[in-house]
Amino acid sequence: MLQIKNLHAAVEGKEILRGIDLVVNAGEVHAIMGPNGSGKSTLARVLAGQETYEVTAGEVLYEGKDLLAMDPEERAREGVFMAFQYPVEIPGVSNTYFLKAALNAVRKHRGLPDLDAVDFLKLVRQRMKLVQMDESLLNRPVNEGFSGGEKKRNEIFHMAVLEPRLAVLDETDSGLDIDALRIVAAGVERLRQPDRAFLLITHYQRLLNYIVPDRVHVLVDGRIVRSGGKELALELEEKGYAWLDALARSAPGAATQAPAPSPAVPVPAAGA
Amino acid sequence: MTGQATEQPLRAAVATQESAAAAVTPAVTPAVTPAVGANPAASGASGPVLLQLQQGRDRDLAAAAPYLADWETFQRELSEPPDLPDLPDLPEIRELSALRQAAITRFGALGFPTTRQEEWRYTNLAPLARAAFQRAPARMVGGGGATSPSAAPVAGAPRLGAGVVARWTFDAAATLVFVDGQFAPELSTGAGGAGGERPLPPGVEVTSLAAVLAREPRRVTPWLGRHTSFQDQPFVALNTAFLHDGAVVLLPRGAVLERPIHLLYLSTPFPVAPVRRSRHAGAGAGAGARAVASAKPAVPAPATVSYPRNLIVAGEGSQLTVVETYAGEGAYFTCGVTELVAGPGAVVDHYKVQRESREAYHLATLQVYGDRASVISSHSISLGGGLVRNDVNALLDGEGIDCILNGLYLADGRQLVDNHMRVEHAKPHCASHELYKGILDGKARTVFNGLIHVHPGAQKTDAKQSNRNLLLSADAIANSNPRLEIFADDVRCTHGSTVGQLDADAVFYLRSRGIGEAAARSLLTYAFASDIVARIKVEAVRHDLEEYLFARLPQGEVVRQAV
Repeated sequence: MLQIKNLHAAVEGKEILRGIDLVVNAGEVHAIMGPNGSGKSTLARVLAGQETYEVTAGEVLYEGKDLLAMDPEERAREGVFMAFQYPVEIPGVSNTYFLKAALNAVRKHRGLPDLDAVDFLKLVRQRMKLVQMDESLLNRPVNEGFSGGEKKRNEIFHMAVLEPRLAVLDETDSGLDIDALRIVAAGVERLRQPDRAFLLITHYQRLLNYIVPDRVHVLVDGRIVRSGGKELALELEEKGYAWLDALARSAPGAATQAPAPSPAVPVPAAGA
Repeated sequence: MTGQATEQPLRAAVATQESAAAAVTPAVTPAVTPAVGANPAASGASGPVLLQLQQGRDRDLAAAAPYLADWETFQRELSEPPDLPDLPDLPEIRELSALRQAAITRFGALGFPTTRQEEWRYTNLAPLARAAFQRAPARMVGGGGATSPSAAPVAGAPRLGAGVVARWTFDAAATLVFVDGQFAPELSTGAGGAGGERPLPPGVEVTSLAAVLAREPRRVTPWLGRHTSFQDQPFVALNTAFLHDGAVVLLPRGAVLERPIHLLYLSTPFPVAPVRRSRHAGAGAGAGARAVASAKPAVPAPATVSYPRNLIVAGEGSQLTVVETYAGEGAYFTCGVTELVAGPGAVVDHYKVQRESREAYHLATLQVYGDRASVISSHSISLGGGLVRNDVNALLDGEGIDCILNGLYLADGRQLVDNHMRVEHAKPHCASHELYKGILDGKARTVFNGLIHVHPGAQKTDAKQSNRNLLLSADAIANSNPRLEIFADDVRCTHGSTVGQLDADAVFYLRSRGIGEAAARSLLTYAFASDIVARIKVEAVRHDLEEYLFARLPQGEVVRQAV
């Protein structure tokens, strides 16, 4: 479903991603972990198409198509969804109506007719339950005055309504108390299905207590330094990121800024 | 001292401002000979102003000349009504004549301001000064005749397109329609206290100024010009000089109007060949006549000028909503003044919807006078016009007044929209809250100049002023200058202004949900305006504005779906 090959990206001339290689198949849940500043969120935003990030090398194929050539809205309509780390407040735009406009834009792209008001409301009611969202949040402006937890739940709610094929969750767990975390995780678990893939970007292991990933990747300094099964997350929790920093420094070529081959994924020699 | 922004330079600049402020305040004196006596023009110009003007290049006197000539014509129209017996020689009529005379004299001295004057620094009137206009002749009406069906239709009415009036009107307690500044009784409804299906409450008077002046001028002369100084405001002077028609809304004590009063001003393109008036043919060249006479073969169609003069007086404890709408076709010049007086405890909700044509000049002043415990809100929705200047002056002259002044202006292409605000806190315990928002695109230029002036002794003043501008293009320019002058020491005053662009993160957020870029930008633009839109209490006005925004914003249909 998603193939990332030797992805390099920079913001304001500073290189953040320095050769990412990753393959995510339909139905899989991958977790990307890493310390602050390792490039986790940059990866999410590059996948979603934020223009402030410049892709300097590499390619990303989504269902065989060149994802990087698409506008952000085109990616969304093709089924890519990103849950924001910091969802934006939009006063004056109703959460429900906005979602309806978004859903109809996606449906139009897929050759489906607009959902009428009745069907849309039915869908919304059903999906709200997934994230135990208070109905009052539906009629409020998008994210305006929402608590941190409400904003994150609203992101999952948007995802549930838009039914993406690839969902990228950018630190959706950060700033959530344990109850909210459980609710968000349960929502994601319910949306897990064979034709849908998830990329969970997180700083902490605790989210992975509730959503069990198929693969875990550790990102340090713009490179995946380690990949493994769900047990890698536990190992990381135990040993801390300092362990990985050491790992990254010892990786061949790290000091010379060339991409380091990750132990798990073979990397073609590039960026030289 | 809790005032947050009492900057020293402002205080220093106050000396000259003070004299202007003082000129406004005598308003408080009870009206014995109010119309003229209370007007500072009669008592001579203040020193610094004259000095400044004598220096020359800050004013264009030549531009005033056609208006002075047309005023002579106007005087004859007033003194020689064609089909009516001579008006009785009432003292009020003489006062009014003196007021007009003082105003035209003052206008002649002030001329057209140039950008060398601080108050007009960003608003270049040269195109207006060069343009020629033709005024619809003063329409003389008999006592009460203005609202009777037998009154002849106004000259401009046939030039209105089919359905134009219906397009602008809504369900109101009364709708007064003016065409090229002339009251059009045949197009109006519910006016004159005659009532349609639902008559106005007893004692409520909603009629044309011309009718009141013909029938019972003393009903309005105590108020006309009482709070509106033309000393330093050339276009208030010009409007006052041509004071004749407009709307009069008088609410007696305790009267409550549930539905709004609607004042609709429509301007039409004047016919290419000016209508010759048999009685005064050749006598005194008006502005329009001058344009036609001025030799060049391809003379542009003369445009109309109108001088709407509205007087709204809400008696003690009364309640009123009034909506002014300005619209039109082609090039023309609207020079308006609205005087709004809120008596003790009165609740007044005022809206001005400026939808003039893109070739139009619109220069208008709203003068608000608040008595104790009145609750006043005024919303300025400025969407049309080529060159627009809105002056809003409020004098809070009693304790416990709550005054809200909101505004939304949209400008694109080469539109110039200038909002000047002046709020005078003359008494303690008053609140004034101003929120003006601008959306600029293309090469538009806007000006916001707001002054909050807190007089000595006006303790516990709570004044807020905020101007926010959204720039949608790199070529648009928003000038913003909020000012505070505070002479009391126990007040809370804040002001602020912002000029910014759409938040790139927000645009990206919307796009990442599948909304196209143009629609995302439009949605956020709408969102920027939405708090002003939401504060409009008259459903028809709000709905109209929403529809306007959907039509004007790219991909407006997506916006309509999403809000």
